[in-house]
Amino acid sequence: MASDRGDSSQEPGGPVALVTDEERMEGATSAAALASSSTDLIADSLGEYTRIWLRRVRGGESGVLPVVLGLAAIVAYFQIRNSLFLSAGNLVNLMTQAAFIVTFGMAEVFVLLLGEIDLSVGFNAACGAVVTLWVLSGTNPPPWWVGVIAGLAFCAAYAGIEGVIITWLRLPSFVVTLAGYLGGLGLLLALIDLAAPNSGGTIRLTNSVLNAIEGGSMSPAASWIVMIAAVVLAGTFMRTRDARRRAHKLAAPPVSVTILKIAVMAIAGVVVVLICNTNRSVGFSVVEGVPWVVLVILVLLVAMTILLNRTRFGRYVYAIGGNAEAARRAGINLSRIRVLAFMLCGLAAGISGIIYASNLGGMSSNFLGGQYVLYAVAAAVIGGVSLFGGRGRMLGAVLGGLVVGVIYNGLLLLGFSAAAQNIWTAIVLLAAVTVDALARRGSGSSTTR
Amino acid sequence: MVNLGKPDDAPSAPADGAPPGADFGQPGLTDPSAPLLRLRGVGKSFGPVRALSDVDLDIPAGQVTALVGDNGAGKTTLIKCVAGIWEASSGQILWNGRPVHIRSPKDATALGIATVYQDLALCDNLDIVQNMMLGHEPLRLGFLDETSMEKTAQQTLADLAVTTVRSVRQTVGSLSGGQRQSVAVAKAVMLDARLVIMDEPTAALGVSQTELVLSLITRLASRGHAVVVVSHNLNDVFRVADRIAVLYLGKLVAQGPSSEFDRQSVVDIMTTGASTRRGNGDGSEPAGTRGMTSGLED
Repeated sequence: MASDRGDSSQEPGGPVALVTDEERMEGATSAAALASSSTDLIADSLGEYTRIWLRRVRGGESGVLPVVLGLAAIVAYFQIRNSLFLSAGNLVNLMTQAAFIVTFGMAEVFVLLLGEIDLSVGFNAACGAVVTLWVLSGTNPPPWWVGVIAGLAFCAAYAGIEGVIITWLRLPSFVVTLAGYLGGLGLLLALIDLAAPNSGGTIRLTNSVLNAIEGGSMSPAASWIVMIAAVVLAGTFMRTRDARRRAHKLAAPPVSVTILKIAVMAIAGVVVVLICNTNRSVGFSVVEGVPWVVLVILVLLVAMTILLNRTRFGRYVYAIGGNAEAARRAGINLSRIRVLAFMLCGLAAGISGIIYASNLGGMSSNFLGGQYVLYAVAAAVIGGVSLFGGRGRMLGAVLGGLVVGVIYNGLLLLGFSAAAQNIWTAIVLLAAVTVDALARRGSGSSTTR
Repeated sequence: MVNLGKPDDAPSAPADGAPPGADFGQPGLTDPSAPLLRLRGVGKSFGPVRALSDVDLDIPAGQVTALVGDNGAGKTTLIKCVAGIWEASSGQILWNGRPVHIRSPKDATALGIATVYQDLALCDNLDIVQNMMLGHEPLRLGFLDETSMEKTAQQTLADLAVTTVRSVRQTVGSLSGGQRQSVAVAKAVMLDARLVIMDEPTAALGVSQTELVLSLITRLASRGHAVVVVSHNLNDVFRVADRIAVLYLGKLVAQGPSSEFDRQSVVDIMTTGASTRRGNGDGSEPAGTRGMTSGLED
């Protein structure tokens, strides 16, 4: 799977893009040539930004655009087929259904960026969830966070051991985590048997805090406050960063672009909160507010994005995925970063397992660990994460997970069978990979992976 | 699955004939006018195969030294010994007149020796700044300090007059071959390199790209760096080199100012080990080499 890693750099002048217009700039002054910068940094106005953005999209650097468009198309289709699809009740239901697939997808990003894969996340997560529930079971259980820490520690350790085997023995992650997958299934059966003997292979979640992740919601007022706080924080961060760049005489994105981005965030937040704050009860009681799981995913997304984009660890993950030999020559400890990435993958998977248990009110030995792993990889790939390493973002995995969740929910709503659900997910996955590959090919970008 | 550690895993020769650096044991003997790097009797064996034998080479600061030779003449072996990929089996390496042992790439980097390999070792998916700062990222409050990284990278590129990149935030994968080479050189120079070794920098480059790289090489030397260029291309060698050293079957058979050579004599020496056309008439034992050593040995 990562066999072609490093190939691209074997020949110096080999497969590189022909940036002819830049070569013609050879006579340009250094100031003019150097002052400009990437994506938003080259533009000095909104119009210019849009033009550059369009060119990048045509050039294959489309970012999350395909998955957003695909999501919109799928949503539109389901809404036409069944007008209940876009009802507040179903949308909130969708969010809670998709939540664990979204977090599984986020977990997989860490290892996919390295050009590795972790097939064991599903059963690893299930085992971690059982550990959590086990710790929290009994007549006098410890506080919820003790159980969560125990479960997450188990998951991180399980994936960490796989990572150590992969890096020290230089074995393919595909095979090692396949073993981890089988071992995880066995361990799950054994753990449930130990934790809840004679229960028929299920262990119940009795902790009210963890049950509330999927079952409970913030109050409408709290939902608004959290949303506004999140947008203000993100907006302040972006404005401060731009100001700092300008203060150091570096190219910063035009103010209008930054404001537009903040506006998009605010609109998305308002829409989500408006949907969730609608009373979705079918009985006499009132059910409203943003489910806690949405906040959990938002926090995870922000934390992991910061980790990947703003820390040395994240930078090295991308570097190793791009060219492991270059990273090694730069003095980076490849083994350490790889093991850490596997541990983080396990950690995120553990959170996913707890969300799953929260949704079902327990964990069962019927857990479809194999299928969920493939959903996780599908979510990441649909979201634009490359299977060959070095390319992709956390946000992509979240959107990709949403796509998988929407297909699942929508086909269920339309009364399709499990057979149709899987076939449609397969088709969307293929379409996503094809669009990505065609866009890259069209761009003549250096790597065809 | 991962091309981890390819160079390091190569058969490393036994260190039996390790350079007797301590024998000279006079670290105070630093001669400011001496060449930055001197190789004295450097040899390298891989088992029974002698890839290099008895190489005496001077590499002065502020000049471009071209290392030429036919395939298998030992060019790559020689630069790998200097870069610390392999350890020399015998002989002595003098850095600033001081005997040194270069056992690993880290040792070489610590001395100020930077090597730009043919494969450049760049991450296509990262942008120019990220590539140049890779492994040396400055932190601010525990997070990457993108602002200072970008300023440092811009400054280095501006110093080298690399003006052809539109933006330092472009991904390296979108650059042309010459631009990639420039980024790799800038990355090497940024780490306070005093000696920059370039392996076939113009191979596989087009005409304008070659121009770009050659002017960069000249600029490096004029900024006081010692530059070693390994090349097959004699056109390029005569364009940029101040000195030429010719390897033939693992032996250094000629070295001297490039004015002492012409194309035909270099070709003769590369293919036969000697030339009758050489300006000073002495193809195998260039004047000056031995003389300079004596000062140290006495």
